[in-house]
Amino acid sequence: MMTQLTSAQAVILAINSFAFGGLLFLLSAGFSLIFGLMRIPNLMHGSFFMLGAYFGVSLLDWGVNFWVAALLSGLAMAVIGGIIERFLLRRLEGQVLPQVLLTLGFAFIIADICLMVWTGDPWQPTAPPSLRGAVQAFGLFFPLYRLAILAVAVAVAIALWIMVDWTRLGAMIRAGVDDPPIARVVGIKVSQLFTLIFCLGAALAAFAGVMGAPFLSVYPGLDFEMLPLALIVVILGGTGSLLGALVGSFLLGFLYNFGQAMFPDLAYVILFLPMLLVLVLRPQGLFGRVVA
Amino acid sequence: MSALAVTQLCKAFGGLRVTASVNLTVEAGERRLIIGPNGAGKTTLFNLITGEIAPDSGSIVLFDRDITRVASYRRPHLGMARTYQIITLFDKDTILRNVTLALLGLSSLRWSPFTDLDGQPQLIERAREALARVGLAHLAARPLSQTSYGERRRVEIAMALAQNPKVLLLDEPFAGLSIDERRDVRALLNAIPREVTIVMIEHNMDVALDWAERITLLHFGKVIVEGTRAEVVADPRTREVYLGH
Amino acid sequence: MNGRLRYATIGAALVLLATLPWWVGNSYYINIASQILLFAVFALALNVLVGYAGLVSLGHAGLFAIAGYTAALLLQAGYGHFAADTAAIVVTLAASAIFAVLALRSTGIGFLMITLALGQIVWGIAYRWASLTGGDNGVNVTTRPSPFGISLANAPSFYFASLVVFLLAFATMAVFVRSPFGASLRGTRDQARRMNALGYNVWLIRFVAIVFSGFWTGISGLLFIYYNQFVSPQVSALTASAEVLLMVISGGTATLLGPIAGAIIVVVMKNVVSAYVERWNLVLGLIFIVIITFMPDGLVPGTVRLCRWSWHVIRWNGKPAPAMEKHSPGAPP
Repeated sequence: MMTQLTSAQAVILAINSFAFGGLLFLLSAGFSLIFGLMRIPNLMHGSFFMLGAYFGVSLLDWGVNFWVAALLSGLAMAVIGGIIERFLLRRLEGQVLPQVLLTLGFAFIIADICLMVWTGDPWQPTAPPSLRGAVQAFGLFFPLYRLAILAVAVAVAIALWIMVDWTRLGAMIRAGVDDPPIARVVGIKVSQLFTLIFCLGAALAAFAGVMGAPFLSVYPGLDFEMLPLALIVVILGGTGSLLGALVGSFLLGFLYNFGQAMFPDLAYVILFLPMLLVLVLRPQGLFGRVVA
Repeated sequence: MSALAVTQLCKAFGGLRVTASVNLTVEAGERRLIIGPNGAGKTTLFNLITGEIAPDSGSIVLFDRDITRVASYRRPHLGMARTYQIITLFDKDTILRNVTLALLGLSSLRWSPFTDLDGQPQLIERAREALARVGLAHLAARPLSQTSYGERRRVEIAMALAQNPKVLLLDEPFAGLSIDERRDVRALLNAIPREVTIVMIEHNMDVALDWAERITLLHFGKVIVEGTRAEVVADPRTREVYLGH
Repeated sequence: MNGRLRYATIGAALVLLATLPWWVGNSYYINIASQILLFAVFALALNVLVGYAGLVSLGHAGLFAIAGYTAALLLQAGYGHFAADTAAIVVTLAASAIFAVLALRSTGIGFLMITLALGQIVWGIAYRWASLTGGDNGVNVTTRPSPFGISLANAPSFYFASLVVFLLAFATMAVFVRSPFGASLRGTRDQARRMNALGYNVWLIRFVAIVFSGFWTGISGLLFIYYNQFVSPQVSALTASAEVLLMVISGGTATLLGPIAGAIIVVVMKNVVSAYVERWNLVLGLIFIVIITFMPDGLVPGTVRLCRWSWHVIRWNGKPAPAMEKHSPGAPP
């Protein structure tokens, strides 16, 4: 069943892996912060990704510029996520089961609404004109759009890193992740911080959805395919760790692309293997800290 | 043979050393008081002794048996019982069920999925006896959520006593009690037979001073003074810890 | 309820259940009754974890599917019913043990996330590993077994088989709940740390509970494939795990009758809704949100509360919706 790869194929796969890893990072960075900071198992995170992608598809259909569409979609999802967090999730603070059911409930509703509005057929918008085609280097062709995704993901990662490590807001987030009750006691408005992080996470997921649409395409079921991937990234990298999310995302990106090329039947299952290993050997995640 | 011997016990959380080479030897039947200000590492010491936290180094010996590496849930089976400073009980159950759970914990019956727990007369009877020892027999059927704070403190003790421990670890059994309630708990502790070795934590020195035979003063995770009641009270270092700064 | 009344109620319920095919008549409805029974077994199994152990699993459809697929594939390969079913239960028990070892690295949210991921692995195998599982086409189960020479081919006979299994499961649960082990399990839910200090091996208690739950999940999975005579990846989807969780929660967790009431509610609703609209997921999601917002303790007690609450609102009391009880299991020892 295993397929041999030529080195040219391997290079292309590596680029795809980086691109897919970049997408996964955009998806799971928010998930990781929401999970790490708010302890909310946000089971609608995959739905944010899918709904965002559908928004993007429609905006592109109306002739909106690709990047504007991605930003608008992210903005729309930030508003939706913010409303759900502020008015429903907020009331369930600290109650795991109700939070799970609520987010799961919304995930189902979003899935069905998407099916109603965008039908069951897959949509695959084209990449922005300036990024179609490929650049040639070292005798190989590099697809421009995938490189662009990687660049955007790296830019977002740097922006998030600066935000978390260098700003006052970031200091508050770190304090909140480390010890929410104490953060509250020292006067950090944890509640507003929560909403902000939730909106940011939703926006990033939707943005990733639009970015991913031209090469993943958008179809029903994409939500629950992406959600476990975000989950794996967080379990791999450790909750609340951006570096962990970055490393975990690229690891998954590589596993997925090379897995698909070499063991097509098992590509999806292979994705879970590192998670199982980490759970057994290092349950706090690669970059997570042990909580006493 | 000492009942409990702790040797060179160390534990650090990150950079914070909560117990630093603690040595503690308690003879069988002794009444030992461990005092120290808040944050001295008293409760951590208990958690290390009961195995809820693993030590970084050092050893714990219970009646000549090294239990340092024994799983914490095995230690009650070897004759060690404890109470918690922060009351840790089963709110949804009755007082009687709380104590029954303590007894069940040491009985092989706990794995049985087929018998009826309420149909175990000898277990229930022993639970009632334990409640009678702490003066709560009349409240056996009351749900824990409807009991007073002082009653819960006594349920904590009843659960530990029900297990017939050889070494009993009491974590601030007087915390939050009124003067009358304290007197009751004192009487209760005095009635515990000499076969049981008792180690008690208290941060308020006056509460249990005259109860103790030997006193260990803990400060910043270190044993500062140890000796008889008179020795510890007279020691200038005790005054320094409690009155100094 | 006093003893005599209780026996009378149980007796009446048994008579009603045993005579159901005669007073229901139509085989469509008899089949719905069979569905309710088999999902009630599934919900009872999950309730052991959600209700009594305080461990919320979102991967139980995975175990259900493992039992179903193992039996279906072995039957397809030509093995007999007894061999296939026995193997299916053994495989499910092993899978439950693996689930348990991995998921018990954590409690609370972590447990839930890991079970979700494990459930998705099963889904991934069922859906993507087409050479083994037939992928989206699923596996057909051509015949139903004939225990003691009784054919289960028609609706009433299958109903009775389901009823027997259901009663067995129910009786086991009823004994389990009152047993010392049941009390130990509830103890680990409420005060894991104290249980550990009292001499209970909390990890092992939870492990046993997961395997026990896995056993009945497997049994219900077998009933399902014989009922449906077909198994497809949908059985292992997250939606399926969510549905059975809804059964447990809608009826009220940590009760014996709750999951059964939940199975009735969800199965009936699903059949009714599916008959009129194709929007079952939407309805499922809405029910979740309504339950969470208004009836945190389950549909039955919740309905009573909702009535009272709306009465207050109408009377301008402006009393807020009842707060929900915390449901996070204790910290690991």
